[in-house]
Amino acid sequence: MTPIVRFSVLARVLHWLMAAMILGMLFVGVSMAATEGPAYATLVALHRPMGIAILLLACARLANRLLVPPPPLPAAMPLIQRIAAIGSHVVLYALMFAMPLVGWGMLSAGAYPVVLWGPVRLPPILPHDPALFAVLRHLHSWLAFTLFGVIVVHLGAALLHGLILRDGVFAAMASWRRGRRDIL
Amino acid sequence: MTEPKRGGGATGPVSLFDPGTMLRLGVIGAVMLGVVAAFAWSAGWLSPHRLTQARMMETLAAVDGIHPGFRRNHAKGVCVTGWFQGSGQAVPLSTAAVFRAERSAVVGRFALAGGMPFQADAPAKVRSMALRILPSDGAEWRMGINDIPVFVARSAREFRDLLLATRPDPATGKPDPARVGPFLAGHPEVARALGLVGARPVSSGFADDTYRSLDSFRFVNAQGVSTPVRWDMVPVQPFVPATAGTGRDYLFDDLLAVLRRHPLSWRLMVIVGAPSDPTADPTLPWPADRRQVEAGILTLDAAESEDGGACTGITYDPLVLPAGIVPSDDPIPAARSAAYMRSFTLRAGEAKPPSAITPATIAAEDRP
Repeated sequence: MTPIVRFSVLARVLHWLMAAMILGMLFVGVSMAATEGPAYATLVALHRPMGIAILLLACARLANRLLVPPPPLPAAMPLIQRIAAIGSHVVLYALMFAMPLVGWGMLSAGAYPVVLWGPVRLPPILPHDPALFAVLRHLHSWLAFTLFGVIVVHLGAALLHGLILRDGVFAAMASWRRGRRDIL
Repeated sequence: MTEPKRGGGATGPVSLFDPGTMLRLGVIGAVMLGVVAAFAWSAGWLSPHRLTQARMMETLAAVDGIHPGFRRNHAKGVCVTGWFQGSGQAVPLSTAAVFRAERSAVVGRFALAGGMPFQADAPAKVRSMALRILPSDGAEWRMGINDIPVFVARSAREFRDLLLATRPDPATGKPDPARVGPFLAGHPEVARALGLVGARPVSSGFADDTYRSLDSFRFVNAQGVSTPVRWDMVPVQPFVPATAGTGRDYLFDDLLAVLRRHPLSWRLMVIVGAPSDPTADPTLPWPADRRQVEAGILTLDAAESEDGGACTGITYDPLVLPAGIVPSDDPIPAARSAAYMRSFTLRAGEAKPPSAITPATIAAEDRP
């Protein structure tokens, strides 16, 4: 039996923290883009600083991913599954960066001040251009739907590994038991 | 929970027809479906009767027609520029830099309420002033304020229902009494607010008009004390009662003509609310004896067409507030902020025909 090799503690902490934040952000985003109610102000005020926090965490996570390799996939995993696993993770990483950057760029192009908290503002990262604002606003939604879809598939695949295949892939990220070996 | 097990079903090919496997697949499917359903519910896709931003835009289009490239409400307007000179008197109420005794640049817009960009001017139509005030520290303040004493609805839904109830009948061009009557009977607060709006003194034009925040906000000072406020822009120009005008754009033509002769000024009067004053309901006026603070003077000295003008590529989002001004429990600014973002997304992606007031209109008026 090959023992389970887990992701590093930092990788696991970043994964679960960001999982909660990103899923929360997707729900905050889709709610605030729909509502005409008083919650809109609160949701927008939450959405901007959370987006920037996710962008910073994504930088830390990518650096950690490049410095500390993930545990190897099970040797018996078919090629098609390997391609799906690697491909979906590339998309997840790309969208972790793209979503906050498109949001920040969209507010910049629409000449909205990018207020984080009270007097703390970020500078614009794109010139004022209403047509570009419209494009980025739509792109922000479509990337969010894509990210949500990939997360749902990711969740389904993780549960498939954990509940049915039981090949250690789920435990590599989800196990916190003492005495297991971490990568490195 | 996920020890890899040798033997059992885990090493060999998994049989889909094993009852345990089918149960687990069912659980996985249910979890995925549950997350998707929660997302769809949050987006309003499962609630056809919920008032979403998209449905607010559909209502405005149904009532006012489809006018690509224009704002979905307050569609007929003109850009103006000038400055705001803070007096320093509102500094004890708010830390916002605009209130210091210094000058901030202003990009503004005068408009008529309604989503029709080519509607004919008339005395009793609601006029608005929108302002983007840019102090040197960059903490800008945006507002859209109107020449009526109170707002006409207590929520976005009530406003939407009012629009639908009072939409012009295609046959007569006027609201259908058979729709308006029952709506007002069921919404006495709206009926009372419309009564106050109808009884307001109507000025001759944009220049001698008073524009009011209608909504309540809170000013926060350096000590962290939060005060409920509303505000009025009171013209320095003397009030002249309205008379019937001639020409489709007479209100705008008059504004352009007077701005060519001299700048126009308004005093920003901050109305300091008492703790008992209603902040959550903009249809309710505050008592007339509330303390007023003259926060500064707005001066506008130039106009330009919206076509290429500085007021077109932005929204006058009432939640764009500097530190020192925060929203109150009034639900309308959030509803407007949401609707303006949606309207901006639509119009900024559309090709816009020339506005009622074009650059050529303004150039022609500039010739002696």
